[in-house]
Amino acid sequence: MLNVGGMEEGIVLDHIRAGKSLKIYYLLGLDKLDCEVAMIKNAHSNKMGRKDILKIEGGLDRVNLDVLGYLDHKITVNIIKNNQIVEKKKLSMPKKITNVIFCKNPRCITSIEQELPHVFYLADEKTKTYRCMYCDEKYKKN
Amino acid sequence: MIKHVLSPLDFSVQELEDLMDLANDIEKYPDKYAHACAGKQLATLFYEPSTRTRLSFESAMLSLGGNVLGFASADSSSAAKGESVSDTIRVISCYADICAMRHPKEGAPLVASMKSSIPVINAGDGGHQHPTQTMTDLLSIRSLKGSISNMTVGLCGDLKFGRTVHSLINALVRYPGINFVLISPPELRVPDYIIDDVLKPNNVPYTECTELEEAMPKLDILYMTRVQKERFFNEEEYLRMKDSYILDRAKMELAKKDMLVLHPLPRVNEISVEVDDDPRAAYFKQAQYGKYIRMALILTLLRLSGAVPMELPS
Repeated sequence: MLNVGGMEEGIVLDHIRAGKSLKIYYLLGLDKLDCEVAMIKNAHSNKMGRKDILKIEGGLDRVNLDVLGYLDHKITVNIIKNNQIVEKKKLSMPKKITNVIFCKNPRCITSIEQELPHVFYLADEKTKTYRCMYCDEKYKKN
Repeated sequence: MIKHVLSPLDFSVQELEDLMDLANDIEKYPDKYAHACAGKQLATLFYEPSTRTRLSFESAMLSLGGNVLGFASADSSSAAKGESVSDTIRVISCYADICAMRHPKEGAPLVASMKSSIPVINAGDGGHQHPTQTMTDLLSIRSLKGSISNMTVGLCGDLKFGRTVHSLINALVRYPGINFVLISPPELRVPDYIIDDVLKPNNVPYTECTELEEAMPKLDILYMTRVQKERFFNEEEYLRMKDSYILDRAKMELAKKDMLVLHPLPRVNEISVEVDDDPRAAYFKQAQYGKYIRMALILTLLRLSGAVPMELPS
């Protein structure tokens, strides 16, 4: 069993699907921050079998919850103060996401005007469908 | 607050009714509106050629006593120098009171509307939206049939790539008693998302068939579109199917006496010229309605006298 020390103040992202923490690390822009980050891969989980955990030192403002909600709204966000969990944030699928995913439609205006932000809106929560705000093209993960 | 028209669904059914009432009043009393836009200017920003839509907008503004300015292709605009849509609209906002934009890239009018200080009307953006064509179709149906409800609407031809067809389906499902007959070769049938996301959730009855003759007797409206040769997978299939989607006098014999034939135009050979004299052929009248609905739209967006007061969508 690997031990990672406690944290005075920060955020713990728990129940990340095993193997996804590195992707989340980059998508949250944690590589650009100077705070301490601990990444635990393949930790044992009663609920999930295996899971990843990210511990991030500092305030909640460092993490874009919309990005997290889009990536996996089942991730648990624990807020730590004085080495205690003071709050558990529930994630939901964001109504709108900006510059997290990018439109691949060659007919979309974003294909020729590079300075435009890539904005997607949640078109259908049941099917987790996001569509480009400009051309309405459905986002396909692969 | 400035209002823009980017999609036909930007208007509620009631708002569309108000707009169509105004268009019908313009048709009836054109003199009343002849100076309604005096001193106002419409900019037609056409990044790709479209004679019909551009002239319709220009004719609409001129008939309202206003002026027009603009360009008819990207080559003759600053886009050729690499200017963004956002910059162009900021400049045009200094010169004109309202603009109509056609652009080959989808979403360009939305980008313009986000930076514009004048109303932006989407005059067609790639394969995405063409709201004034849909409004033209609705006005034609309502004016010539008396209502848009309780009708069997046949859509014929290229139902896969046809933007006007998808847009019209989206608009018509909001009216009661609409029933669709979708007539196309199997390669060009309506996309699954139109069936799964539009027709089924709205409980709109529809049937699909490949033969126009089979559908003709049931229809109250026949909306024709062109079947392009290049859409077929092979020459043999094209030759087998092409005549099936050409409307001629013989097929018109099978239709109801009060059926209407509509077509967004331009037509190539999908409607034989011999049908033009049939009183049920309404496609040139439809082009006329295109002008009236654009006049109504310009008046309404500019909030000028003569316009029916209405709350536009944000």
